[in-house]
Amino acid sequence: MNAETEAGAVSPAAAGAEPTRNVRIWRPLTDVVETAEGIVLMMEMPGVVADDVDITLERRVLTVRGRGSSPQPDRLRLVHLEFEPGDYERSFVLSEDFDAARIEAVLKDGVLTLRLPRAAEAQPSKIQVKAA
Amino acid sequence: MLHPLTLYRADPFALLRRFGETLDRMPFGTSAPAFPPLNLWQNEAAEAIVAEVPGVAPEDIEITAKDDVLTITGQRRPPEMPEGAVWHRRERAFGRFTRIVRLPFAVDPSQVEARFANGVLTIALQRPEDQRPRRIEIKAG
Repeated sequence: MNAETEAGAVSPAAAGAEPTRNVRIWRPLTDVVETAEGIVLMMEMPGVVADDVDITLERRVLTVRGRGSSPQPDRLRLVHLEFEPGDYERSFVLSEDFDAARIEAVLKDGVLTLRLPRAAEAQPSKIQVKAA
Repeated sequence: MLHPLTLYRADPFALLRRFGETLDRMPFGTSAPAFPPLNLWQNEAAEAIVAEVPGVAPEDIEITAKDDVLTITGQRRPPEMPEGAVWHRRERAFGRFTRIVRLPFAVDPSQVEARFANGVLTIALQRPEDQRPRRIEIKAG
C-alpha cells in the first residue's frame, strides 16, 4: 500500500494515472458467490505471486491489484502469442455490512479466493418458536 | 493479407476461410478463445511453450509428446461451494480442455520438462542433436 492510499487520497489507479511499468492491466475474470457467511470472490490472476497481491478496502470499495510476472525464456524469441502477461486490477463496491477485519485471501494456482464475511450484527438471527 | 491463392477460382471459399484463419490468429478480442492460451518461444535448438492455466491443479494436467506433436489435456474443476450458495457472477469457465501443438521437430519425450507455478505452465523442449540445422560450408570452386 502506498502513502497516497494510506492518507485517504485517491489511489493512482482510481485517478486514471499511468503506472510506471509498461505492461497491460487486465481485469481478472471473477466469480462471485454468496454463501450463508458472506461473499466469496474468485479471481483468475495467472502469473501473480502471493506477495505481489495488494488488496485494499477503502470505505466500501474493495480494490484488488496483482503484479504479474511471466517467464521470459532465455535466448528464445517469441513466435506465437495468445496471451499477453500483465498486471491485474479490479474494484468492487460492497455493501456496508462486511467485516473488514475478517476478510481472508488465498492465492492458489493463479486464482485468488477472497472470503468476505458479513458482520455479525448483519447476520440474520433466527428466532426459535417455542411450543406453548 | 490478400494471398494470390485466394483468387483461385476453383475454391470460391478460400478468401472466406483465409479471413477466418486471420481472425483465429488474432491474439485478443475474439470470443471464446482456445483454452489454455499459449505463447510459443523458439530458437534453432529449443522451444518453450507457456500456457496460462489459472485454477487448474498441476495434477489435473497431462502432457504427452509423440514425434512432433505435443498434447496438453486437463480439467478445470469448479470450486466446491456449500449448499445454498448463490452465484451472482460467473465469468470463469470450467471443464475439460485439450490443446495440440505441432512442433518444428520430433521431440524425445524424455527431453521435455514441464514446470507449473502460479497458474502458469511452462514446457521446455530440446531439439534432438541430430535434428538441429547445420551450417553448410560453401566451397570455392
